[in-house]
Amino acid sequence: MSKVIITVVGKDTVGIIAKVCTCLAENHINILDISQTIVQEYFNMMMIVDMQNATSAFEEMSKSLDQIGREMGVTVKCQREEIFTKMHRI
Amino acid sequence: MINIYEVNETNKMIEQENLDVRTITMGISLLDCADSNLNTVNEKIYKKITTLAKDLVSTGEAISRDFGIPIVNKRISVTPIALVGASSCKTPEDFATIAKTLDKAAKEVGVNFIGGYSALVNKGMTMADKNLMLSIPQALAGTERVCSSVNVGSTKTGLDMDAIKLMGEIVKKTAEATRDNDSLGCAKLVVFCNAPDDNPFMAGAFHGVTETDAIINVGVSGPGVVKTALEKARGENFEVLCETIKKIAFKITRVGQLVAQEASSRLNIPFGIIDLSLAPTPAIGDSVAEILEEMGLERVGAPGTTAALAMLNDQVKKGGIMASSYVGGLSGAFIPVSEDQGMIDAVSMGALTLEKLEAMTCVCSVGLDMIAIPGDTPDTTIAGIIADEAAIGMINQKTTAVRVIPVIGKTVGDTVEFGGLLGHAPVMPVNRYSCEAFVTRGGRIPAPIHSFKN
Repeated sequence: MSKVIITVVGKDTVGIIAKVCTCLAENHINILDISQTIVQEYFNMMMIVDMQNATSAFEEMSKSLDQIGREMGVTVKCQREEIFTKMHRI
Repeated sequence: MINIYEVNETNKMIEQENLDVRTITMGISLLDCADSNLNTVNEKIYKKITTLAKDLVSTGEAISRDFGIPIVNKRISVTPIALVGASSCKTPEDFATIAKTLDKAAKEVGVNFIGGYSALVNKGMTMADKNLMLSIPQALAGTERVCSSVNVGSTKTGLDMDAIKLMGEIVKKTAEATRDNDSLGCAKLVVFCNAPDDNPFMAGAFHGVTETDAIINVGVSGPGVVKTALEKARGENFEVLCETIKKIAFKITRVGQLVAQEASSRLNIPFGIIDLSLAPTPAIGDSVAEILEEMGLERVGAPGTTAALAMLNDQVKKGGIMASSYVGGLSGAFIPVSEDQGMIDAVSMGALTLEKLEAMTCVCSVGLDMIAIPGDTPDTTIAGIIADEAAIGMINQKTTAVRVIPVIGKTVGDTVEFGGLLGHAPVMPVNRYSCEAFVTRGGRIPAPIHSFKN
């Protein structure tokens, strides 16, 4: 219930991961997995995080990450994990 | 654990291929609102809807944020009003007050449509049914969000030809009552055969009398996702084509199932069904016609269209049925003309005719949908169109429906703009020969024999 997928898509910029990770650490959110790839010259990162002990609610988190994304010119999305597991796992 | 490719696939579906949950529809029983005093009925209806559905819209929005999936519409369906108002409404005007109440309740809770201004007259009309049907033009012209439907036949009862004749007149009167808005009222009026009790899609949604007090039904969508998947199967044989559709239908439906369960638990209202329909919108790349064309038709309407649609419909069901515990409603590909850019184009260039659309309705849900016809089409011809479509449903044991818009003051060659999800449509020609002597005979067409199927 507490796993959330964070995706970052956009032009590769210095410090994207650092900023996102700092924000997560400040909110006591544990990163379980990070992977990244370049799709059609676009930086594409996915994080699986655990929000069980998070100090802020999903919605606030989502808003502050969205804000970071805007500042850096990339798109940051937070989605609960179930939408992916439901779709891709039987 | 989920990997980046799976995450990207899902998000690409949402961001580029128009994957969405088309509607969360809360079905509400209003049977306990019946009373002999009309004011009391209206008060009870308003109170019940605004109490049960007060959090529907905000819950839908919260779920949408949590999963990052758009939930386009939040809607309400209610018990057919002909039943609820039977003991208090003595005239069509009395019924129209209930339409006003439904509209007010819909606005209060923030849903964009409320369905169930309906009568079920498969075999005969009570006085209340008839009054409700007579009030439809007034009710739809005087409200913004109310949708109306009438069930005029079923496989078990046959067709009520008196009701069909009356509905021919009512469709026309509704067109006239809303002539200032390109006869938009008719876009909110559906005539059914074998109407399902749990359909979440408008304009035909109502909360059947066999349902529980309140229920959550969800309609998923995603023609664009199916089309994109099929692009990768170009030139492959039918087996590959079918596999591709099934897999994608499974994925789409699982999202609907997730949203339905989540809405059900957050609102503390039982989950009813998922409707597996592929529902197009006027947006580019969100078209059922484009799927058929991707399969290899130069234009939808070309020979082969019915076969392609039959296959599409069946594969969507086969893929979707495993993804959800309960599938219901209409569940199939919708082929509305005005809401599907590919259909609009095909009609405009003469590839798709009313007769071909009728053939297509034999193999898919739901029927002749959102078709603009000339405003001078006789009432009896509209009744004939309804009778043909209802006969297809009756004989084939499936739901069929008619939602045609006789646009007052317009004729073949003109275009009608409905706006929003309802789209725009070229006015289509209708066969000019009369069926008046047939539809005015009076009485019923008996139920068909159920054995000796051929």
